Amino acid sequence: MRPFTYERPTDVAAAVKAVAATPGAKFLAGGTNLLDLMKLDIEQPTHLVDVNRLPLAGMEDTSDGGLRIGSMVTNSHLAADARVRSRYSVLTQAIVSGGSGQLRNKATAGGNLLQRTRCAYFYDPSKPCNKRLPGSGCSALDGLNRNSAIFGASEACIATHPSDMAVALTALGASLETMTADGATRTLAVADLHRLPGDTPHIETTLAAGELITAVVLPPAPAGGQVYRKARDRASYAGGLASVAVVGSQVAFGAVAHKPWRAEKTEAALASGAGAVEAAHAELAGAQDNGKNGFKIALVARMTADALAQAREGRGA
Amino acid sequence: MSSVKDWAAPNPVTENRSGIIGKGVERYEGKLKVTGTAAYAYEVEPPSAPAYGYLLAATIAKGRITAIDISAAEASPGVKLVWTHLNVPKQARRGERINPRSQRPANPALAGDRVEFFGQPVAFVAADTWENARAAANLIRVSYAAEPAVLDFRASLDLAEMPDGEEDVLIGDFEGAYARAPAQIDETYFSPLQNHVQMEPCATTAWWEGDKVTVHTSIQMVKGGQHALAETLAIPSEKVHLLTRYIGGGFGGKGQAYDDLTLAALGARALGQPVKLTYTRQQMFQATIHRPAVSMRVRLGAEPDGRLNAFAVEAVTHCARSASFVEHAANFSRNLYAAPNRLTGHRLVKMDIPHAGPMRAPGEASGMLSLECAMDELAEKLGIDPIELRLRNEPDVDPETGKPFSIRQLTECLNTGAQRFGWSRRNPKPGQVRDGRWLVGMGMAAAIRGNFLLPAKAGVRIDGTGVITLRQGMTDIGTGTYTILAQITAETMGVTMDEVKVELGDSEFPPAPGSGGQFGAATAGSAAFEANMNLRRALAELAIGDPNSPLYGGDPTYVTFGNGNIAIENRSESLATLVSRAAPDGVYVEGAISPAADARDYSQHTYGGHFAEVGVDTVTGEVRMRRMFGVFAAGRILNAKTAKSQVTGGMIWGVGTALTEGNVVDNRYGSFINQDMAGYLVPSHADIVDLDAIFLEEADDKANPMGIKGVGELGICGAGAAVANAIYNACGVRLRDFPMTPDKVLEGLMAKGL
Ligand SMILES: Cc1cc2nc3c(=O)[nH]c(=O)nc-3n(C[C@H](O)[C@H](O)[C@H](O)COP(=O)(O)OP(=O)(O)OC[C@H]3O[C@@H](n4cnc5c(N)ncnc54)[C@H](O)[C@@H]3O)c2cc1C
Ligand code: SF4
Repeated sequence: MRPFTYERPTDVAAAVKAVAATPGAKFLAGGTNLLDLMKLDIEQPTHLVDVNRLPLAGMEDTSDGGLRIGSMVTNSHLAADARVRSRYSVLTQAIVSGGSGQLRNKATAGGNLLQRTRCAYFYDPSKPCNKRLPGSGCSALDGLNRNSAIFGASEACIATHPSDMAVALTALGASLETMTADGATRTLAVADLHRLPGDTPHIETTLAAGELITAVVLPPAPAGGQVYRKARDRASYAGGLASVAVVGSQVAFGAVAHKPWRAEKTEAALASGAGAVEAAHAELAGAQDNGKNGFKIALVARMTADALAQAREGRGA
Repeated sequence: MSSVKDWAAPNPVTENRSGIIGKGVERYEGKLKVTGTAAYAYEVEPPSAPAYGYLLAATIAKGRITAIDISAAEASPGVKLVWTHLNVPKQARRGERINPRSQRPANPALAGDRVEFFGQPVAFVAADTWENARAAANLIRVSYAAEPAVLDFRASLDLAEMPDGEEDVLIGDFEGAYARAPAQIDETYFSPLQNHVQMEPCATTAWWEGDKVTVHTSIQMVKGGQHALAETLAIPSEKVHLLTRYIGGGFGGKGQAYDDLTLAALGARALGQPVKLTYTRQQMFQATIHRPAVSMRVRLGAEPDGRLNAFAVEAVTHCARSASFVEHAANFSRNLYAAPNRLTGHRLVKMDIPHAGPMRAPGEASGMLSLECAMDELAEKLGIDPIELRLRNEPDVDPETGKPFSIRQLTECLNTGAQRFGWSRRNPKPGQVRDGRWLVGMGMAAAIRGNFLLPAKAGVRIDGTGVITLRQGMTDIGTGTYTILAQITAETMGVTMDEVKVELGDSEFPPAPGSGGQFGAATAGSAAFEANMNLRRALAELAIGDPNSPLYGGDPTYVTFGNGNIAIENRSESLATLVSRAAPDGVYVEGAISPAADARDYSQHTYGGHFAEVGVDTVTGEVRMRRMFGVFAAGRILNAKTAKSQVTGGMIWGVGTALTEGNVVDNRYGSFINQDMAGYLVPSHADIVDLDAIFLEEADDKANPMGIKGVGELGICGAGAAVANAIYNACGVRLRDFPMTPDKVLEGLMAKGL
């Protein structure tokens, strides 16, 4: 860990300005990812702007029947909220499948979206990793990579995005509100937040430097059942081997790509009347394994078919 | 030397008049631990402000350090010293032993330019804060000349050799009998390398007073650590005061000292200031010992009725090139089942990875995964219930030595377990029981683990207030040693637990071998018992010889102890009254135990039966525990609660072994892929839903004066095999490659068209 300075503003615009004003500055939310990475010298911020005192921890109904979630709402609060549980149960299911209770108490909506990959080589500074040290190579490519991507991977990086919450948000078609360094605000779809690795895996999102996520906005809940299925090595406190979020006929996959993966081909197949198994395979026909993660293709196909069937039975509706 | 016959007579512990023995009393040190006031090695307050150390680890598996640049680190804020092999103070050479009685030889740190494994400490930094030390260590630039290394165990099985000084144990004509056997099983099972993952990392706080060093360190063997440091620094062992009061888990991984001990002591001497040094979580994985992987071939040749005629268990395992260690994974099978023709043995691959070493139930824990699954396979092949198969192979005497068993309740464990667990509800045909998307199945396995008694001493003192303090150079690694020693002392002296103090983990106390091999309670406990018996004798003598005592002139054979009093029939006084009057400075005595001369005339083990019920998710291949139950026979149980914690803890480790745990070497670097607890998955609470264990009534009068045996390792033995057998019963997928993660199970399900 490198020495850093720290401040804790109470005003959103001031927080954004503070990050813009200091090269190498970062926002600090729950710290459950950032601090771990700092201890390992993987993140080396010069200045931390703690956003925990910003007035962004509220939740409110939107005029169109959706829900606006402040970016500082903790994962625990979000999952337990009565509105979320009744209208967006896929989100609750996804969040409680992640981490441990202690982590969810600290983790925030904004921080969860921006958590970095759990690729073991990324976490080991003694190894080459293009994401950590651009140009150094990708240790996972020929390494122990059971958990690597089956969609959208590149020669430069085959890591996956580990968030469960983001998969549910992607299936729900949620969007984000942000504020940029100059104080301007904008809205973007969660599906457009993360990038595929290409040859710049260290650039993970479409946010500008110092851009603050201020809220996550859920559209009115679509009709149909909502199901989140996550396969993992142990019953709790483990990242997904793969996950599937189904919201009516909207489908997203987790832990299969550098970003939450909206399964558009599955959705299209469903729209044209395909059955659950066929629809699941529609997206997975485009999946690629690298010899060690092939089980994921079958796994996602089976989970998707199963989750679609459950959603049709009205689970989580 | 004593004989086991001397132990058969009733004594205060076996009579257990006040009933403290066996009771599930609360942990003696529990309150200190849960309130955060038990100071672990790193937390001990030194006499003055300490410097903080940090170790830099090698990033190659094998080779030589060609250059090492410490200039940036030395210039880094707060740095007090930076050591590498080029400037570390002189230490004795590795393996050197000035004092022939030292239990451990010298183990120098930063001892040369050779790198023998990834993670080996290559530099040491001490600074004013831990953060500054770490930041500086990361500025050190090391250049290496890497050399070809043996890193892939499964690809190197052809390098396996007979371990030095060993040979196969061959009884009868295995090959012939196997070839003729009507039913044969010939399978190879693989269990991966495992890390200990103790909650508390290795850590030391050290300071010097003159030429004597005080070290608080996290180690299972007090004398071993003291002697290793003394030999390394080439000073007499009296000049090393080693303390290890509380230990946050050992599991065998802290049976030895690591470089934190040496470098904290050396650093404190060089700086004239206390030094604290800890391994990081990553270093705990990469740079301490591990349980080696085992590839085990099992061949069973049986008659149609299930009786084994031929039986071979052959283990291939590995160790570090520079530190020989044999995981005796086949040994357990020498005492388990009857069969006239037998072959067991071990082969060893020397590798360039960290040192292999003991981990909870070394041998059994990985070894039993094979035979206990093979027995399940044989049972199915013959259409015999797996419990019945084991009962048909139950020997009358030790199957290899022919010695009588001291006591063997394996049959009772299996039968009791079957009844309590509801084994009769198991459908022997796999894949038949559905619960929604789950396929449900049951499996069982036997457990066996040796029992040991080693020489040990203890000291006990009573003061004028009647408080009795037991002192022993013993350790409590979280198992309950403090508590059972207090119970033994209270019962033997006839006082309540409140009047007993236990002080452990100090090299200046009467020595005990420490915690390991599940010999701790029997060994330390017996020495404590003998010390207390000596105190009874001393107090009886004191009272009888004191004209002011109501017991004056009485017959010592009629003296009794109880309710805090010493008495002869209705003549009595309190211990406090006696001691404060007749020996105001208190009375201190010691006691000792050593193995009986004829102890080895008996085959002596602890036994158990495991019963597991799992669900297999037919969609994902995930396996989840539904129930697990264990029945154990392990001598007299001293504390129902801590003993049960030990065996259930072992069973939980078995669940981890079956489902999640294991590490893999990255063959390009020699490092382990999992190096934190987010990557190395031990069971979480949600993995262990309904798990319970009971002990059968037992007292083993051949074991020691109290008839107790070890329980610390028994619970893991066979546990993983019961889970694996349950997976097969649930879904018909027979995996022989631990751990049985969803990817492997899913492949099996799909191969079956599920
Ligand atoms: C052992 C372990 C297991 C885990 N398992 C799971 C799991 O199974 N599933 C899962 O989904 N997650 C899992 N997690 C990850 C956890 O969910 C994330 O660490 C957490 O959500 C991050 O949120 P935070 O608020 O603590 O973020 P921080 O660590 O504070 O920040 C993360 C990043 O986001 C940036 N940031 C934070 N807030 C904002 C904002 N409002 N605008 C712009 N940038 C911002 C920070 O600068 C930083 O770069 C696990 C974590 C651990 C340690
Ligand atoms: S997959 Fe990505 S994160 Fe992992 S080592 Fe390769 S570049 Fe780094």
